[in-house]
Amino acid sequence: MLLRPALMFFILVYSMSVHAEKSEWSGYFSGEWRSFLHSPSDDEQHGDSSSLSAQAEYYREWNNGKQSLRFTSFLRIDGRDSSRSHFDVRELNWTTVHDKWELTAGIGKVFWGVTESQHLVDIINQTDLVESIDGEEKLGQLMLKLSLVRDWGNLDLFLLPGFRERTFPSRVGRLRTSAAVAVNQAEYDSSQARDHIDTAIRWSKSVGDWDIGLSHFSGTSREPSFRVSQDKGRTVLIPVYTTIDQTALDLQATKDDWLWKLEIVSRSGQGDRYTAATGGFEYTLYGINESSVDLGLIAEYLYDDRDNLATTAFENDVFLGARLGFNDEASSELLAGVIIDVNDSSRVMSVEASRRLGNNWKVSLEGRFFSNIAELNSLSSFKNDDFVQLELAWYF
Amino acid sequence: MQVNKILLLIILCYSTFAAALTPEQQGLEIAMESDRRDTGFGDSKADLTMLLKNRQGEESTRYIRLKTLEVSGDGDKSMSIFDQPRDVKGTAFLSFTHKTSSDDQWLFLPALKRVKRISSRNKSGSFMGSEFAYEDISSQEVEKYTYKYINDEACGNSTCFVIERFPVDELSGYTRQVVWINKEEYRPFKIVFYDRKNALLKTLTYSDYQQYLNKYWRADNMYMENHQTGKTTLLTWKNYKFNNGLTSRDFDKNSLKRAR
Repeated sequence: MLLRPALMFFILVYSMSVHAEKSEWSGYFSGEWRSFLHSPSDDEQHGDSSSLSAQAEYYREWNNGKQSLRFTSFLRIDGRDSSRSHFDVRELNWTTVHDKWELTAGIGKVFWGVTESQHLVDIINQTDLVESIDGEEKLGQLMLKLSLVRDWGNLDLFLLPGFRERTFPSRVGRLRTSAAVAVNQAEYDSSQARDHIDTAIRWSKSVGDWDIGLSHFSGTSREPSFRVSQDKGRTVLIPVYTTIDQTALDLQATKDDWLWKLEIVSRSGQGDRYTAATGGFEYTLYGINESSVDLGLIAEYLYDDRDNLATTAFENDVFLGARLGFNDEASSELLAGVIIDVNDSSRVMSVEASRRLGNNWKVSLEGRFFSNIAELNSLSSFKNDDFVQLELAWYF
Repeated sequence: MQVNKILLLIILCYSTFAAALTPEQQGLEIAMESDRRDTGFGDSKADLTMLLKNRQGEESTRYIRLKTLEVSGDGDKSMSIFDQPRDVKGTAFLSFTHKTSSDDQWLFLPALKRVKRISSRNKSGSFMGSEFAYEDISSQEVEKYTYKYINDEACGNSTCFVIERFPVDELSGYTRQVVWINKEEYRPFKIVFYDRKNALLKTLTYSDYQQYLNKYWRADNMYMENHQTGKTTLLTWKNYKFNNGLTSRDFDKNSLKRAR
């Protein structure tokens, strides 16, 4: 693992940064309780579960903020699924900032994209799938990132050594594929396997109301394909990571109360070349009925030209969502949405609500409900995994 | 004698001319003078504490660090970085204000490392759950209002111009604001806000002014009282620093992602 050289480098830079202008810790401790509304599809899968997680972040800057160190570590201990219990270094990097360029070396996290229902363009970091099926939790990625800041836009160049495999629930875990994923038997189509050094480039610019991003990624796909196999008399899915090339566009037009969003990717290397896209809008009604409550209405169309062969569940789907922001002292928020498959009417509903308690506590409620799931839909293995989750976190 | 007569004539002419100014022109002149006296500060940094109190006396606190860059010929650029409440620590807000067109705003969400371009239409919405609306805390450009001078009034130990100003933008949460501006330094003393129905909404009081670079006045305390809800917000400014050498590079999407 490349954690050790990254850590050594971090310690070296740390020891040289004697005159830190800022040096601080922050983070949280959290307890989570999940209740599943139905018996599992497979008798081996667990019922209700609880788990603890913690995140600690260290930040240090010097030379008038032109140089900085960041360290973010994450730990979860799950009461039921040993694969959900894990530790990850989300960030461990050094950044130097100059007038025309910036450089980041170490483990980092990068987000690309604009849409809400899924994140097609976002490809630098691997998904930490055991954390959430929404794909928004990411594993730290070793990187050398050079950003050129010019009048014609920003150009980010990435060297990405040290491929990270996706996390999956274990055989007893919920929200898993119909057969468990044998994570320790992962296969690669590159002879260099996980030692392949991936590269990526992204140009981005804001022009008036438009925010534009064009990117290309060449390397090991973050998203595996699966091969069915047998292991000790059980059927398992073996993740197969292929080498891909993905060209992508992300675009947002901010026109008054309307945010128009589009993400398109074209990928080769994983079967035939294919195109996938997400596009739509977010329209916000500010201060409804003279109150301080904002209501955002979101609609997006999710498309994949592989149709039923798509490795994602969303090949011809519509997402409809509503976001309520209460703008109160407790920052109360509610986001509810549904993704509907246009072909087979399968539906995934989600509700996320949160509010702060006092200055340091936050309570979050999340629910995901699968209804009318067609047998052939790739979400069919989740059909008995409707759950409600309550989380209480203390921030420091 | 002759000189005195000329002087008298000049004074007479001047006062006739002044009297010829409409209240609208007088109001605009005062706003422009106030703006002129605050021009040229370049850049500034400050730490802000917001103390929110509801009618029951329950309190909550926010800590924010602010950087501002003066842009000649356009509105200021600003970056706000949130330190407290702790669950939003690291959240950062980048804003390019414009004199006439709508502002550009981006939000950085640290959990996802995501920069989100947001709509700047939410002028009348509450800033961080406080009694300050976005339009109250954003850069106050002369062009954002039309004006009307009312009278002079005693304020504190001084005398103030009292002017009414009317937001140009129809999305503003106010029909009008009554502003007391100190006559010696042209700095705001008090603002009374009237809501869309022209009912008394809020009063903002500035106090404990400090002068920086021998020119620019900044109030240490800004106290906003909402007369309709009984809620209050006290802004306390500390560690004002000028001439930090900030450039537009400190106010771009790269610096937003790095903000801490």
